[in-house]
Amino acid sequence: MGERLTPSAPCAKALPKPYRVTNLSEPLSFQRMILTLHDYWSTRGCLILQPYDMRMGAGTFHPATTLRALGPEPWNAAFVQPCRRPTDGRYGENPNRLQHYYQYQVILKPSPPDLQELYLGSLAAIGIDFTRHDIRFVEDDWESPTLGAWGLGWEVWCDGMEVTQFTYFQQMGGFDCKPVAGELTYGLERLAMYIQNKDSVYDLAFNDAGVTYGDVFLENEREMSTWNFEIADTDALFDLFRKAAAECERSLEARLPIPAYEQAIEASHIFNLLNARGVISVAERQAYIGRVRDLAKGACTAWIEKKSPEWEAAYPGWAA
Amino acid sequence: MTDFLLELRSEEIPARMQEKAREDLARLFAAELDKAGLKAAEVVSYATPRRLALILKGLPEQTAAVSEETKGPRVGAPPQALEGFLRKTGLTADQLVERDGVLFAIVDKPGRATAEVLAAAIPAVIRAFPWPKSMRWGADSLSTESLRWVRPLQGIVALFGSEVVPCEIAGVASGAATVGHRFHHPGAITIGSADDYVEKLRACHVIVDGAERRNIIALGAKMAAQKAGLSLIEDEGLLYENAGLTEWPMPLLGRFDEAFLAVPPEVIQLTARVNQKYFVCRDSAGKLANAFVCVANIDAADGGEKIVAGNQKVLAARLSDARFFYETDLKVKLADQAVKLEKIVFHEKLGTVADKVERVAKLARWLVESGVVISPSPLVGEGRGPSRSDGKGEGDLDAASPTPPHPSAPSALPPSPTRGEGELATLAERAARLAKADLVTGMVGEFPELQGLMGGYYAAAQGQEPAVAAAIRDHYKPVGQGDDVPTDPVTVAVALADKLDTLARFFLVEEKPTGSRDPYALRRAALGVVSTVTQNSIRLPLRSAITEAVVSLLPSEEAATLAPLVRDFETIERMAGRGGLSDSGETNMVERWDENAAEITRKGRMAREKATADLLDFFADRLKVQQREAGVRHDLIDAVFALGGEDDLVRLLERVKALQAFVGTEDGANLLAGYKRAANILKKEGVATASAPAKAGAQGSEGQGNPGPLLSQGHEVAQHASGFAYDPEPAEAALAAALDAAEPKATAAIEAEDFEGAMAALAILRAPIDAFFDSVTVNDADPVKRAARLSLLARMRDAVHKVADFAKIEG
Repeated sequence: MGERLTPSAPCAKALPKPYRVTNLSEPLSFQRMILTLHDYWSTRGCLILQPYDMRMGAGTFHPATTLRALGPEPWNAAFVQPCRRPTDGRYGENPNRLQHYYQYQVILKPSPPDLQELYLGSLAAIGIDFTRHDIRFVEDDWESPTLGAWGLGWEVWCDGMEVTQFTYFQQMGGFDCKPVAGELTYGLERLAMYIQNKDSVYDLAFNDAGVTYGDVFLENEREMSTWNFEIADTDALFDLFRKAAAECERSLEARLPIPAYEQAIEASHIFNLLNARGVISVAERQAYIGRVRDLAKGACTAWIEKKSPEWEAAYPGWAA
Repeated sequence: MTDFLLELRSEEIPARMQEKAREDLARLFAAELDKAGLKAAEVVSYATPRRLALILKGLPEQTAAVSEETKGPRVGAPPQALEGFLRKTGLTADQLVERDGVLFAIVDKPGRATAEVLAAAIPAVIRAFPWPKSMRWGADSLSTESLRWVRPLQGIVALFGSEVVPCEIAGVASGAATVGHRFHHPGAITIGSADDYVEKLRACHVIVDGAERRNIIALGAKMAAQKAGLSLIEDEGLLYENAGLTEWPMPLLGRFDEAFLAVPPEVIQLTARVNQKYFVCRDSAGKLANAFVCVANIDAADGGEKIVAGNQKVLAARLSDARFFYETDLKVKLADQAVKLEKIVFHEKLGTVADKVERVAKLARWLVESGVVISPSPLVGEGRGPSRSDGKGEGDLDAASPTPPHPSAPSALPPSPTRGEGELATLAERAARLAKADLVTGMVGEFPELQGLMGGYYAAAQGQEPAVAAAIRDHYKPVGQGDDVPTDPVTVAVALADKLDTLARFFLVEEKPTGSRDPYALRRAALGVVSTVTQNSIRLPLRSAITEAVVSLLPSEEAATLAPLVRDFETIERMAGRGGLSDSGETNMVERWDENAAEITRKGRMAREKATADLLDFFADRLKVQQREAGVRHDLIDAVFALGGEDDLVRLLERVKALQAFVGTEDGANLLAGYKRAANILKKEGVATASAPAKAGAQGSEGQGNPGPLLSQGHEVAQHASGFAYDPEPAEAALAAALDAAEPKATAAIEAEDFEGAMAALAILRAPIDAFFDSVTVNDADPVKRAARLSLLARMRDAVHKVADFAKIEG
């Protein structure tokens, strides 16, 4: 991340219609689905990145989305991001809810004119047949109070199930996106349950050799739910929150937006943990969210300030 | 005459925005054309998820030639003025026309080609389009000046006759090509003209007319339900929503596990409706069935088998979540949930929800103990809970779900039997203490619309008295016009207390509705109080009730009020303790502390009095609005309100109704005429009203001019006693006798709240007053006679004022 990435090639044209549906004798396993998406987006000009090595609530927090959504340079990337939502934990007992799951993120800046077609092509690639399934784009505007960000778009429904969040970012960190980036967030477990026709996430075929999602994650869900809800040391968490906030500010003073942003991610997750432990009152809640937003905005502001001279030189007339 | 077709194709337009967008497109385009003097013979507009379309029929090829005249300077005006005018108009001096010493520029404009006007209008309309939310996209969005549209704009079809109207906006050029259904017919289609647009698209699986899509859904869903032996629960809102999500709607019936029917039907319906946009069905017995109808946007190759299977799975997951919330919530006593309300802020100036609950509980008890809410309440003769209304409000679950009550639903429970006041007060207080507890349950967290209803279910399941469960369920009622009004006394007490508290408290902190802004729905709350009180004939002295609601300070609030004082006091002690204050300094501070305390008390009292007065006015306005809709004349309400001091809405309305009936009769109309004649004479002579109309406790004569020169107050009083100091004319004596008879009758009738009787008593006056005006001259040369006659008229006026201020009555 430290090195400046060269702008990737613009996305290729969408597949010729009708969509090329992958004809599969067996539905894709969880890992093959990920590999197929990687392959699909890779051939369409995306950098295939790896997950960010920090705990976060959504793929949007990955700096490859948040920070890269700012500025004029083209940016096309795809990656898997593990997400942690402590309050969604169900001790492995609910077939649909997890405190740890995966999102597949695609970010395309500027948003290509055929983004919907490209997206549908990816669904076809993982085996969704549009002559037998009902795909709809249902209004769902996205807003992240902790990132000071919003966008317009849809949740994409496949036979009534939300499989993807599709957003045109309008603002990030309180700044207008110039140009606008398109963001696709696939719920991998949901899509896999759909493709494999499974009622429980734990029954998903992880690979083609009989290993299930439950084999990999069931114990993890049980233990992490217990820790999130019952064990996590709240005094230590409050302390961590304060330290992350302080470290964020120290990094900002040193004009280091990326470390500052990391600490904002950290603070956000610690807040989620405190929330799961039920130790944040309703009145305090808003204050905590506001604090995290300020940190994230501070990092975005610092990032823009630092990069602007370079951006303005490369894109005459562009200004934050 | 030629037709024009415009199609603006974009990525999916939110369903809720399509209807308005269709209307806006027609309106904005008409306005653009109007500027050029063009008007279509017929305007049709369409919206689908992916396109807005407009067809203007019968446009001329050319706009009419016009001659525009601009007024310029006077002849002989300074040369600069003339030069400026010539520059502005682009004419030379000899081209100007003189008329009455003023120069005019006359410019003849030839007609323009309509196609040219259209080409300019398209970008203008697109740029000015009033989307509720719009966005930027693509490479152009490098600048924030780039075009905004609801979602990325993909294509423009613009045909005048069969010719393309050339225009370009944000890199999208107009043409004749569009696309069909996203999956059925993704390739390009060429449109020939406005004539073949609808049918060409239909051939490509797009039904452009939203009304037609709604019909297809309504009919298809109904038939799908019938085929399964069920009947569809119709839902207008869902029709629009699904029609806004589909270009080729295909209703399909699916099922869910019967076991989920253990969850309250309202929850199932809401889950299906809100999260999935499904219709639900009922069985032949009228109960919610384990079936739903979803609307797909495709005619699937397998007949929809996979689509139904997928939707069933999603709904099952949703319902199992709902069941999880329901079962989890059931395990926690509402009383334990209520404790958590201490952590929920009701309003930043009004403390927590727990504070509110405490106040509502006290007020509910007061309403019973002061005899306002009694048992059984008059309209509960039948002993039913709230009657089901026929209202078909969109999003109103009750209205949309005519299913009979769930077996364990509180509505199925027997009504509260007649109770003693003490027991009623206890139940009302208990219900009030539990009424808000469901706000912290998982289910209400998920579906805020279910507030109250879930509390009712949980209370019933946890063994609360049926009347308490019903009160928890219904205490938000009535929610808006047409909603059921609570009738059970326990519910009525809690519903009134809750609304009165909300109103009184928001008025106390000056958070009143202004103009169209009413963020806390205070108008609705006041109207709810008015409906509840009037429909149940509850004798609620509003002034006392409001006073009660604004006066009771909770310990925590009292602490907040006193906090600044306590701080001062601590300062005194601390400073004195440190020796920082001289004796006199300490005395000063203590005195100031006393003054401050008095000041705070005084300010508090004034704020409460102001809030009470403002709120009473607010109620009067609400009553007028409500009664106007019920056909009651607002001037009659004003006439009764003008008497002042009446804060019992039921009595007030009875008076108004009797008055309305009375002024409709011949006697009433004539008495009104007689009254007005009398009042005019008295006004001219400056005779003040003796008693009524009087604001409670205020002097009747204040502000009504000085007593006439001939009549001192004492004189007037003397004249009020019967008997004449001279030989009266027969009509005079008759009027006096009629007044002697009518006054006590009217007074007695009013005391007995027999307003019809009071009117009947006044009706006695009609003939004598007519006769009086026919044969008696008021303005007699003899000052004694004149005074006596004026006094007689004043008596007549005052007698009428016992019922209403007839001066406010129109006609």
